[in-house]
Amino acid sequence: MSAENARSRDLVHTWPHLVYRELCALLAASVVLWIVSLLVDAPLEELANATLTPNPAKAPWYFLGLQELLVYFDPWIAGVAIPGLIILGLAAIPYLDPGEDGSRRRFALSVYLGGLALWFVLIFIGTYCRGPNWAWYWPWEDQTVIKPTLPLTRALSPAIGWPAVLIYLGGGLLAPRLIWRDFFARLGIVRYLTVMGLLLLMIAVPLKIALRLAFNVKYVLTTPWFNV
Amino acid sequence: MGQQLRGRASLWRRTRDRVLASQLWRSVIRHGYPDENRNRILVIISNIFLHLHPARVKRHGVKLRYTWCMGGLSAFLFFVLTVTGVLLMFYYVPDTRRAYQDMKDLEHAVLFGKLMRNMHRWAAHAMVVTVILHMTRVFLTGSYRPPREFNWVIGVGLLVLTLLLSFTGYLLPWDQLAMWAITVGTNMAEATPFLGAAGPFHELLGITKHNDIRFALLGGTIVDQNALLRFYVLHCIALPLIGAVLMAVHFWRVRKDGGISGPHGKLPKL
Repeated sequence: MSAENARSRDLVHTWPHLVYRELCALLAASVVLWIVSLLVDAPLEELANATLTPNPAKAPWYFLGLQELLVYFDPWIAGVAIPGLIILGLAAIPYLDPGEDGSRRRFALSVYLGGLALWFVLIFIGTYCRGPNWAWYWPWEDQTVIKPTLPLTRALSPAIGWPAVLIYLGGGLLAPRLIWRDFFARLGIVRYLTVMGLLLLMIAVPLKIALRLAFNVKYVLTTPWFNV
Repeated sequence: MGQQLRGRASLWRRTRDRVLASQLWRSVIRHGYPDENRNRILVIISNIFLHLHPARVKRHGVKLRYTWCMGGLSAFLFFVLTVTGVLLMFYYVPDTRRAYQDMKDLEHAVLFGKLMRNMHRWAAHAMVVTVILHMTRVFLTGSYRPPREFNWVIGVGLLVLTLLLSFTGYLLPWDQLAMWAITVGTNMAEATPFLGAAGPFHELLGITKHNDIRFALLGGTIVDQNALLRFYVLHCIALPLIGAVLMAVHFWRVRKDGGISGPHGKLPKL
């Protein structure tokens, strides 16, 4: 008999054990929502005016992480490719997880929680640390003081860019295969490539941010069709 | 004193039994008071709403520290948003010439209008948070594993839908905040590869500002009347309907895939 079957014998009546908990949660949520709504008013600014652009114009908070990424990536990456990959990657999780328990989940947990943390750090920066011209303002800084525009950025030459990208992707795909053979064996080739591909793309986001902040790199790779 | 209490208790019991035995009560609820096992099961399985639940659940499945209650609260917030949203619809017209004035009226002239609007707004933000927390709980407990993989995928769909619902609602007040947030958001759509006028490879399909994906979203090249109407219809009709269908599938599959998952670490290898 499996562990879950053994547990399923350990049943309680839905009424009252679950129903009253749900009722309590629902009432508590209602009270909190009601009090917050009495105390804090929803924002309503001036009438919409297409000729008066606010500076900065910000997306709703849950998209501010993506808007923050516009500093580091072209719009098709920040606004389309990255959110698209996040959604696909999330949906693929059950098909990529080899189904291990306990401490062997450390990898899965760090990837998920790391991604979630990155998402909320970017939202925090976009919400509280960005002012006019999307310049960096600490939350306590006066946003009426306009900061000078950022220094010019540069693109790496293709002679550096291509090898850098190929080494990153190639090394990133090969190294875990050679170091953690067990990990590769558990996943199989297709899942391994998908997991590592998505993971390398995710890690590339903070890497690119670091390159931009430390060395002012706008593009790692320039091609005639698009720049990354 | 004790006798008086006993008298009151028996008065309560007699009244209760009388009501429960009456024709009127029994026409609605056919079983007795749920203080013994048979009636506790009947109260769940003979009620269309309660029978989303099984009559009995795994002991750990009622624990707050296991479920965080976030899935249930997300569904509840969707319900709150539907009720407050319908009330707001009585007073709001998606016309650029009067939408903003309708918001002002809601704030200052409509009885409880401001409360309704505040509740709608904060419940919407809260729902984004509870849905993300629910997803995190399901991830941490490993509950997306077989046989529940596809229900996780449905859940990801519901997460996207929650964000889209919130985003489409953001435009409706027709103030500066609304217009420019939606301008920023939809400008990103313009950058879609192949399908957006500013995206890479758009020339291949003959995409311009006037036939790209942003134009389809806004019904034009700028955020104006057509965009307001599109967002309104999506927000009040299309997206909630899709959400309701996906939620029905999501809840139904929780039951069909074996009820609430086991605590992490105790899952069988299938």
